[in-house]
Amino acid sequence: MSDLGLWNVLIAVIGGAIRVSTPFLFVSLGETITERSGRINLGLEGTLVFGAMSAYATAVLTGSAWAGVAVAGAAGGLFGLAHGWICRLPRVNDVALGIALMLFGSGLAFFFGKAFIQPSAPQLPALPFGDWSDVPQIRAALQVNVLFLIGAVLSVLLWWAFRNTRTGLVVRIVGDSAEAARAMGYDVDRVRLLATGAGGVLAGIGGAYLSLYYPGSWNEGISSGQGLMAVALVVFARWNPLACFGAALLFGGAGALGPALQSVGVSQGYYLFYAAPYVLTLGVLIATSSPNHALAGAPGELGQAK
Amino acid sequence: MVAETAPSNMAVAVPRPSASLPLRAWAARRVEALAIPLGALALGFGLFSLFLLSLGKSPAAFLDLVYRGGFGSAFALQNSLQRAAPLLFAALCVALPARLGLVVIGGEGAIVLGGLAAAAVAAPLSGAPSGLGIAAMALAALLTGALWLGAVGALRAWRGVNETIASLLMSYIAIALANHLIEGLLRDPGSLNKPSTRTIDEAFRVGPMPGLEVHWGLGVGVVACLLAWLLTERTTLGFAARIAGGNVRAAQIQGLAVGRLIAGFTALGGALAALAGFFEVAAVHGNANASLIAGYGYTGILIAFLARQNPLAIPPVAFLLGGIEASSGLIQRRLHLPDATILLLEGLLFLLVLMGETLYGRFKLFSPHLWGEKRAAAAQTVP
Repeated sequence: MSDLGLWNVLIAVIGGAIRVSTPFLFVSLGETITERSGRINLGLEGTLVFGAMSAYATAVLTGSAWAGVAVAGAAGGLFGLAHGWICRLPRVNDVALGIALMLFGSGLAFFFGKAFIQPSAPQLPALPFGDWSDVPQIRAALQVNVLFLIGAVLSVLLWWAFRNTRTGLVVRIVGDSAEAARAMGYDVDRVRLLATGAGGVLAGIGGAYLSLYYPGSWNEGISSGQGLMAVALVVFARWNPLACFGAALLFGGAGALGPALQSVGVSQGYYLFYAAPYVLTLGVLIATSSPNHALAGAPGELGQAK
Repeated sequence: MVAETAPSNMAVAVPRPSASLPLRAWAARRVEALAIPLGALALGFGLFSLFLLSLGKSPAAFLDLVYRGGFGSAFALQNSLQRAAPLLFAALCVALPARLGLVVIGGEGAIVLGGLAAAAVAAPLSGAPSGLGIAAMALAALLTGALWLGAVGALRAWRGVNETIASLLMSYIAIALANHLIEGLLRDPGSLNKPSTRTIDEAFRVGPMPGLEVHWGLGVGVVACLLAWLLTERTTLGFAARIAGGNVRAAQIQGLAVGRLIAGFTALGGALAALAGFFEVAAVHGNANASLIAGYGYTGILIAFLARQNPLAIPPVAFLLGGIEASSGLIQRRLHLPDATILLLEGLLFLLVLMGETLYGRFKLFSPHLWGEKRAAAAQTVP
């Protein structure tokens, strides 16, 4: 591979990281809120897929991409509330319920999405941050979508809110010790219901990004596990919204590796590069897990869910 | 929720014969384990019927097509049984680790790699005796599956890695690996439109069971379910697994090798799932290709939960789900519904079955320890 090819790959990976990371960012921020309250929602994969479908369908029907984002967020919120509500029932396992919602969300999305595979929807706008450069690759790489910027701001905001706001502290108390929260007079189930609902809203918006910007169309293989990887990424980010941002970029870069290599003519091992994000997630899970003690920063109530 | 209807003062007049109580208590628990999932299934079909009505489709026609497509004729029955075969193994792959309190959802990857390993071993053995070839293929599949998901169990046991997420990631990696090998190293140059491995020798094909048009995977699968039940319910190993699933600390204090139990049960689950892949290659497709990625692993998860992780309940549930899935094509054609209809129905059933978990022990009819209460209370208040 020539020098120029290597540079092209690097630029494409950086640009790809920005493009691919947004759904990871939104889902992992949502899951951070949920897990901080002491529950794990594996169903966000289904929420992501349904968010992608509902956003695309809404954008096709109304002609407005932002209406699509709003509908996807609302639908995601409903999925989250469903998870939170069913989890309140005694003896219902939150992990198993997440798997069920994953299948249900995908089923619902594929069922209603059939009609929207063909038509094309208006796309979300992107801001050209690369205009200073004459190199077309750099200009293409620095087309930054508005949702990415919103996600970046949101991660700072959440990081701040978990430390400094009453709501943030209540969520953390509920997640660290349900008993302590009850003693202080907080309704644990309600806080968790709302936290799971909020997580669902963000995951739905992440789905809207998939279908309305990158890859920018609706099909049944649109997510292929990104929602699940984002859940794994939360552990890696130690339940810290700021770290979620960095981790999402890293995962986005891994996801962009395959297409980037393909763009410079490396077609060997396409499927293996395609698997890079999964391998990375697994490696990160292995590296960050610990056999004996709870991880630093882990919500105390979460241990019982795993 | 309380199903007891007799007025409480009656009980004093007619005391229940105590000798039949253990039998009734035993029966009540069994009936509860049957009634709640069946109730969830019925409710699921009911809700789905309302959903179809809201779309202007006839629920009666839907149910009729499910029946005709899955169970209504000898051909449909054989087809459903054929589909049930891989589902048996896929469900065991979930149910066995569940004994230890683990939720493993990566069966799909083990199925795909098992089939690929079987096909890969068959190629160099071409010309070998039939028995040797079949045994080698099955063994290759078993080992591949055991290593693949055993690794997930080992990571859980000794690194504390979440097995649910890890197994699904391994599944995605397995599918990518299989695609890579089927389109590369193991590809038969003659397979132009649909990349496949070389077709296995005719001698290595696994045939139908006597008197049926269903391949041996079904018989082996049912036997595997019986053996799995014996393992979990009638051996010390299964007992140890249940203790570890209930309380890891207690099991460790008792000196049980929890790590080895976890790795062993997940490896066994992986090996069985891979066997499904072997049968798909040796009895159905004749080579490994993208048809191996058929979603059996995911249906297996639903079956295991519907069967409440009981290996003996897996065959009937797998037959039911196999039949429902077999009717998918008919439903698409006749009712003009998308192919995701069955997936949606399955997701709904899964949700309701999990919600049903909350009902266990809530019905007095099914809860022997509650039977005497009212009477005792009544007896005390009567002077």
